[in-house]
Order: sequence, then C-alpha cells, then structure tokens
Amino acid sequence: MPAAEIEDMILAAIPDAKVEITDLAGDGDHYAARVVSETFRGLPRVRQHQRVYEALGGRMGGVLHALQLTTAVPD
Amino acid sequence: MTDDAQARIAEAVKSADVLLFMKGTPLFPQCGFSSRAVAILDHLGVEYATVDVLQDQAVRQGIKQFSDWPTIPQLYVKGEFVGGSDIMMEMYEAGELAELLDAKGVARAA
Repeated sequence: MPAAEIEDMILAAIPDAKVEITDLAGDGDHYAARVVSETFRGLPRVRQHQRVYEALGGRMGGVLHALQLTTAVPD
Repeated sequence: MTDDAQARIAEAVKSADVLLFMKGTPLFPQCGFSSRAVAILDHLGVEYATVDVLQDQAVRQGIKQFSDWPTIPQLYVKGEFVGGSDIMMEMYEAGELAELLDAKGVARAA
C-alpha cells in the first residue's frame, strides 16, 4: 500500500491532521506514521489510535501489517 | 466469530493481572511487535501471562472485536485494555506504563 494512499485516507477522516509517513524498510510494506491533530486533545491514546485505525477502514492488521503509529496533539 | 471465543477471552482477561495477547511465546515471539511488547514487560519487571493467538484462530479473530483493536499484541492490565505495542512503547518511554502498573497495584521487581 503506497504511503500517499495511507496519508489520503487519514486526511479524509481527520482533515486537520498533520501526517508524516516513513517507509521503514523501503519495501512499501513497513511504515511508521505520526499523526498530529487538534481533535485528539483530551482523548486517551487508545482512542487516538482507534481514530486513525477507523480512518484506514479495516486495512490495519490486514494489508497494512506493519504500521508503527504515534499520535499527538499540536504543541 | 463465536460467543464461545468471546467468553474465553473475557475469562482470560480476568484470569491474570497483566495479560498479553501475542503471536508466539515470550521465549519465541513470532512477530517483531509481540517481541517488543514482551521486552517492555520484562524491563518493567512485572509478572505477566500470555495468550498465543497463533494457537487459536477463534481467539486471534475474536480479540480484535473484543478490544475494538485491529492488531496484535494487545495488553490488558486488571481487565482493562491498555493498547498495542506502539502505545506500550510510548507509555514505557514516558514512564506512564510503570505508573499505570503501580496505580493498579501490580507488583513489580525493583
């Protein structure tokens, strides 16, 4: 799954998000994503990650095996 | 998914203060993320039980619905879902995982 597609899906669900995606292995299969959004404020980490997983519409754990996820609110 | 699997997961979560659903075993993790989760718990010096989801397809699928979480590993402390390996790592680095275990009254080796 191309990085741009991951970013587009996250942005479609969380429009204010700043998304940084790193291709960890250069194989288009192992990514790290950092997602920063004001809408995460006050949410526990589990809920923040669930918001991103929802944005990816069930691909997480399927075609996206290896996505290391970090979430944060803007400084 | 069967109700039986959900019941078994609920039972497992209640059976140990710290329970990790993982791929493989602590000695032989079958996935880098599970390996990382085990390493974190070992560093914290906490006693934990594990469920190898590779041994049970119903649990492997059922745990995703049980926790509303798409990936494995998954950590439970005193019956409460804490998160996957990324959250464990973030919390560990921030000292929050140790705080959580202490707050929940889980004994740790010093």
